[in-house]
Amino acid sequence: MKTELICSGFGGQGALTIGKFLAKAAMKEGKHVSWLPSYGPEMRGGTANVSTVISEKPIAAPIVSFPDILVALNQPSIDKFGPKIKKGGLLIANKDMCPKGLNREDIEIIYAPMNQIAQEIGDAKVLNMVAIGIVIGKKRLVKYDTLEEDLKDFLKQKNPDLLQANLKAIQKGIEIGEQN
Amino acid sequence: MGEKVLMKGNEAVAEAAIRAGCRLYFAYPITPQSELIEYMAKMMPKVDGTFVQAESELAAINMVYGAAGCGKRVMTSSSSPGISLKQEGISYIAGANLPAVIVNVQRGGPGLGDIQPAQGDYFQATKGGGHGDYRVITLAPSSVQEFADMASLAFDLADKYRNPVYILSDGLLGQMMEPVEFKDAKTEKDFEELDKQHFAWCMHSNQDEPNHHHHEINSLEIDPKVLEKHVEKLGEKYNEIEKNEKRWEEYNINEENQMVCVSFGTASRVVKSAIDTLQEAGISVGLIRPITVWPYPSEAIQKALNDKVKKVMVFELNLGQMVEDVKIAVNGKLPVEFFGKVGGIVFTPEEVQEKIKENL
Repeated sequence: MKTELICSGFGGQGALTIGKFLAKAAMKEGKHVSWLPSYGPEMRGGTANVSTVISEKPIAAPIVSFPDILVALNQPSIDKFGPKIKKGGLLIANKDMCPKGLNREDIEIIYAPMNQIAQEIGDAKVLNMVAIGIVIGKKRLVKYDTLEEDLKDFLKQKNPDLLQANLKAIQKGIEIGEQN
Repeated sequence: MGEKVLMKGNEAVAEAAIRAGCRLYFAYPITPQSELIEYMAKMMPKVDGTFVQAESELAAINMVYGAAGCGKRVMTSSSSPGISLKQEGISYIAGANLPAVIVNVQRGGPGLGDIQPAQGDYFQATKGGGHGDYRVITLAPSSVQEFADMASLAFDLADKYRNPVYILSDGLLGQMMEPVEFKDAKTEKDFEELDKQHFAWCMHSNQDEPNHHHHEINSLEIDPKVLEKHVEKLGEKYNEIEKNEKRWEEYNINEENQMVCVSFGTASRVVKSAIDTLQEAGISVGLIRPITVWPYPSEAIQKALNDKVKKVMVFELNLGQMVEDVKIAVNGKLPVEFFGKVGGIVFTPEEVQEKIKENL
């Protein structure tokens, strides 16, 4: 079993972090993982994106040309990678910043108002955690507990409020993922 | 070995180098290897090591020359244009029989090129790059784990042969994160042992004492008769390295192979993906992945050419620089074809599959 993801958004939305936390959690669960960011010069307003591969077997090419899952935090990400999602694949899109969406019948699409959810939780920064939650709720790619443990290690001392907001955002995302 | 951590190749090789006993590091920043110099800047003071961000690549490599002459494990790193600037120093280090480790996180060239992954420095690394008769042992990693493991291998080989060693990586391996496990760090006792070995030839501070032995670190021999002997001795050393240090990986090499591919580093990972997919469709293709690109594992390629193999294909992220070495290995027995991408573009598994199918 191998899952190939592309996570993409404006610089600062946390797209690269989505891939990083998923890869790290999968690694802790004994999977093979790779995380390859785009590091080239990107146009302002363009897409910062990362290829993440999670697999039972060693990973050969870490470059994802046709993702199983696309997490798109903005419309340019859908425009760039939407047509490349594998048939039967999944698009998770931030409804608040993807006005056009994607017109495809052969994939599953989940639109979620990630900015709005993050604001309701009380911290605009956690919108990417909503996306992680949806990935988990829908695909069970990694366990929530693994992610929670990792976030606690990382944030408990540094910023306990942000930790709570992050966990809430993931939980909300899982709900959405499970309902869709 | 400790627990697995998720790390970029640039950081992993820096951590592994420190664990392998590197206490002196001199470099100048350049994308896509800057995380390496950043990591060294942060960590060297914590192990009582020395970090200097030099004023230029030239200065950095000459600091390496000096530190190596004093018998310490020393490293520098850069990316392609910066490695070109270091060539004079590398020739001097090789000429003076000194151990040093040089990491090249390759990017697109020639000239300033771009900052995306490429393999265009193959000729520079394996055929010279600087002036004079010299060779640099060149290790080509294809994963973050291997990139890290090569740090200690590079220092050990550098010490064993008193010769500079390249780790020939690229922007993809530098920027990518993968799980990595580190070897234990060198102990006080290991350091004493290393110092003892180096003491036999390095510069040290007691040279005026009565029982001193005089050591010179020098690449100038003005008398042709002396230089002749010196270079012949270098030649013997290179022969010895060619005899002992060839390393490679065999992937899906078997009696059913219709084709043998040859590819190193990042490119080889894409080829592996293509080979896996073709195998599922019943097409058997093998891969020889040189781990040392100098010395070159020619025999591994020769051995892989069984009766069913009709063609050899080389895949690289350059215009075909390794093809010459493959052709020497194949020695006219079979056609050798090439597919490559340049400009910092990495081919996809689908493109490689197509090329293999076209050539079956």
